[in-house]
Amino acid sequence: MKIAVCIKRVADSETRAKVAADGKSLDEAGVKFILNPYDEFAVEEALKRKEAAGTGEVVVIAVGAASSQETIRTALAMGADRGVLLQADAGTADPLAVARVLAAELKDGGYDLILFGKMAIDDYHQAIGPMTAQLLDLPCVTAITTLTIAGTTGTAEREIEGGVEVVTFPLPAVLTADKGLNEPRYPALKGIMAAKKKPLEVKPVQLAATGGAGLEVLAMSLPPDRKEGRIVGEGAAAVAELVRLLREEAKVL
Amino acid sequence: MSNVLAVLEQRDGTLRKVSLEVVTGARRLADALGGTVDALVLASGPVQGADQAAACGADTITTATHAGFARYSPEGSARVIAERARSGGYGAVVLAATATGKDLAPRVAARLGAAFASEVTGMGVEGGTVIATRPVLAGKAQLKVKVTGTPVVVSLRPNVFTPVQNPKAGAAQSVAVPGDAGRVVVQEIKAAPAGSLDVAEAAIVVSGGRGLKEPANFALIEKLVQAFGGRAALGASRAVVDAGWRPHGDQVGQTGKTVSPSLYIAVGISGAIQHLAGMRTAKCIVAINKDKDAPIFKVADYGIVGDLFEIVPKLTEEIGKLHG
Amino acid sequence: MTAKFQGIDFYSMDGLLSEEERAVRDTVRSWVDDHLMPVIGECYIEGRFPKQLIPQMAELGLFGANLPEEYGCAGLNNVAYGLIMQELERGDSGVRSFASVQGGLVMYPIYAFGSDEQKKQWLPQLASGKLIGCFGLTEPDFGSNPGGMITVAKETKTGWVLNGAKMWITNGSTAGLAIVWAKTGSLDDQSSIRGFIVPTDSRGFTAKDQKGKLSLRASDTSELVLQDVQVGKDALLPKSGGLKSPLMCLTQARYGIAWGAIGAAMACFDEAVSYAKNRVMFGKPIGGFQIQQARLAEMLTEITKAQLLCLQLGRLKDAGTMTPQQVSLAKRNNVDMACECAREARRLLGANGILAEYQSMRHLANLESVYTYEGTHDVHTLVLGQEITGLSAFN
Repeated sequence: MKIAVCIKRVADSETRAKVAADGKSLDEAGVKFILNPYDEFAVEEALKRKEAAGTGEVVVIAVGAASSQETIRTALAMGADRGVLLQADAGTADPLAVARVLAAELKDGGYDLILFGKMAIDDYHQAIGPMTAQLLDLPCVTAITTLTIAGTTGTAEREIEGGVEVVTFPLPAVLTADKGLNEPRYPALKGIMAAKKKPLEVKPVQLAATGGAGLEVLAMSLPPDRKEGRIVGEGAAAVAELVRLLREEAKVL
Repeated sequence: MSNVLAVLEQRDGTLRKVSLEVVTGARRLADALGGTVDALVLASGPVQGADQAAACGADTITTATHAGFARYSPEGSARVIAERARSGGYGAVVLAATATGKDLAPRVAARLGAAFASEVTGMGVEGGTVIATRPVLAGKAQLKVKVTGTPVVVSLRPNVFTPVQNPKAGAAQSVAVPGDAGRVVVQEIKAAPAGSLDVAEAAIVVSGGRGLKEPANFALIEKLVQAFGGRAALGASRAVVDAGWRPHGDQVGQTGKTVSPSLYIAVGISGAIQHLAGMRTAKCIVAINKDKDAPIFKVADYGIVGDLFEIVPKLTEEIGKLHG
Repeated sequence: MTAKFQGIDFYSMDGLLSEEERAVRDTVRSWVDDHLMPVIGECYIEGRFPKQLIPQMAELGLFGANLPEEYGCAGLNNVAYGLIMQELERGDSGVRSFASVQGGLVMYPIYAFGSDEQKKQWLPQLASGKLIGCFGLTEPDFGSNPGGMITVAKETKTGWVLNGAKMWITNGSTAGLAIVWAKTGSLDDQSSIRGFIVPTDSRGFTAKDQKGKLSLRASDTSELVLQDVQVGKDALLPKSGGLKSPLMCLTQARYGIAWGAIGAAMACFDEAVSYAKNRVMFGKPIGGFQIQQARLAEMLTEITKAQLLCLQLGRLKDAGTMTPQQVSLAKRNNVDMACECAREARRLLGANGILAEYQSMRHLANLESVYTYEGTHDVHTLVLGQEITGLSAFN
């Protein structure tokens, strides 16, 4: 099975958010960067399928600055075979621009599956996977929590409000992974050592909004601090007062 | 002058309530851009309640029918919406960031080569260009973005654009769609337990944490949720999801869902930072915890300190009385 | 209490680590948060080692991590090895002890003193965690003075016969293999000390758990009794000879412990800081009061010093120039400062600090054992004294 996994280097969500001097981006001082957690499910799924098939290749592809090489090596340490960095100035706001360079890289790869995490925990677009699929004219299912493949047909499940959709699709296909798809393995220590020796190709690319359409970040701000709240009382005796306040003061009941 | 295409959602032939939020958001944009709101819903036949879109500001309501649109059809829908957006010369396409919307909107944007702003919590127009506000970093920060080009595609975070009455003509029509529905087929929808509302869409969320001591005690939370008469959903802290007490679909915060309910009740949750990120945009937060120094009380609007095993049943009783 | 550990790095030492070293540390750190922290409090109270974690630890490659890849090990450098010990002990000293013994006191002697056949036969099994080992040096009457041991090995036609008793042996009752040190000559001849690979199912070999421990409770500590235990010629570690051999093993383990102690101190400091910021008394968080700030400042200072100490020690070890005396300095300093950190953190936590729900008192109790084993604090003091003055104060 030849599988490509598109990954991203993101700021750890445990990071305290501080706005950088430019007023538009995250202040990176003291920030820990990790492999996007949703991408871990994608990498794990690719590794599992290759192991089950007994043969094949797992290629990880990242779009970002040179520092993303470290993230690619994390995926290589988990067991991916080789990596590709599409090196571009970090910090683009535009998912379509990223999808375009990914589609160009993936087009002639002959992949049976192209996997993404359902979204990056820094920008929350949830877009690049399906956009890339659209550009490649490949079937795509997003936010999958289960996956079975029989020959060239796949079945996946995805959560919707109040239910679970069961979806079928032909291969080759693009899938984006949600939490629950699998339990990602840790990069074993031997894997970390082996990662250094695996091929990692760096290709410079241009990320440009085309045709005058695009997203431009004007400002980043922290949400306003909530007003100070108060303890209404202690124990079950305070419940009546709470309900009264919710009705009359907060007006949410 | 720019018209706005509002994409509505139906399930089992009935309009989903979140669609009215889409119309409201679209109306706001259209008024600023000086255009109409044309609502579009994809279905296999007539959609019950589609006319409600008129009350929130839809100038026209089109039902695009195809046998394959009974359930969500990713490829067919994207094709139809993109064609409509193009042929109608729309300035903006607005969808809801529901499970379906999150899947559909990027496809539409890619087809159109359009700029796409997802899960928007605020929207306006400055100098003829759409400016959107969207949350990032698990809700710890927000971005103000300029969305340029024609059209632009925007998906709205559910429960933020409260439907506003703004009656327009809502001229209805039905159009049969040719072509096939696509390679990706939703074969069935497995139902979640009856009456369960998704945590990301509910107006009221009651979340339980480790303070409940064991999974069986989530029954207390379930009873409180039920007492709200269908308006509330059950949520869970990451700690209890990781411990296997609740499915990950219930998780609020960090790698779980980010919610914006009117009322968020945190029961037995200490308020570690990763949970707070997921719910701090709730309009009103209530915390119930035995430890008066628990961090959750710092973000809660109202708190009760004490034994949740006594407080929650009493609260369930009082809420039950209100909803009779 | 389930927030992920972010580390303590006041002097930006991450920049002094290579990408692999950081990646190794981060993997173990994550694993400890996900798998060890949820169970360790319970294991400690119940007095049992979390055996169910052994396969995961093996799969990660935690055993003998600095031994070569040809034996199924990770082939890491010594700084990475130290970071593993640091992160394991950030979880619990007992769990780090398990890894120290398996890697530094069982796999290492086979690697350093064993024949090629012995290495091939035993190392992969030990690396995979399928076989657990223990290190039999200390005796009931010979702790700080291992050279006085009275366990003996007499040569026979087919091999050796061992007689004696060992005490305070980590992993003793769960081990399938024991590295036993015994005198092959007369009892006053230290140079006759040799190492033997003894399968624990050998006739005459018994291991019994030592009960009633108030420290290192999440660790198996046993007595070993060898009564006419017969082993083959291939049991002898051919390159072992004299007290020097077991001491070389101890140097390996002590190196890991110097790092491990930092982990324990970091855990206590982290807990204390979090508590100090959240616990409100007299109208403000207790972290705003002078005495608590003094406690925290002291802890951070000692942790930072210890981190820099260990990093240089690791670089020296990788360069092949590290001396046992340098390890003595680090073990002595770091364990002592960790004991202080744990005690001060416990005190800052007030009444809550005596509960198993919090970590500090567990670390406090554990560190008393770490202070004593692998060369007591006082012994290392004399090692340094001798190194400095050239004069032995041992007897």
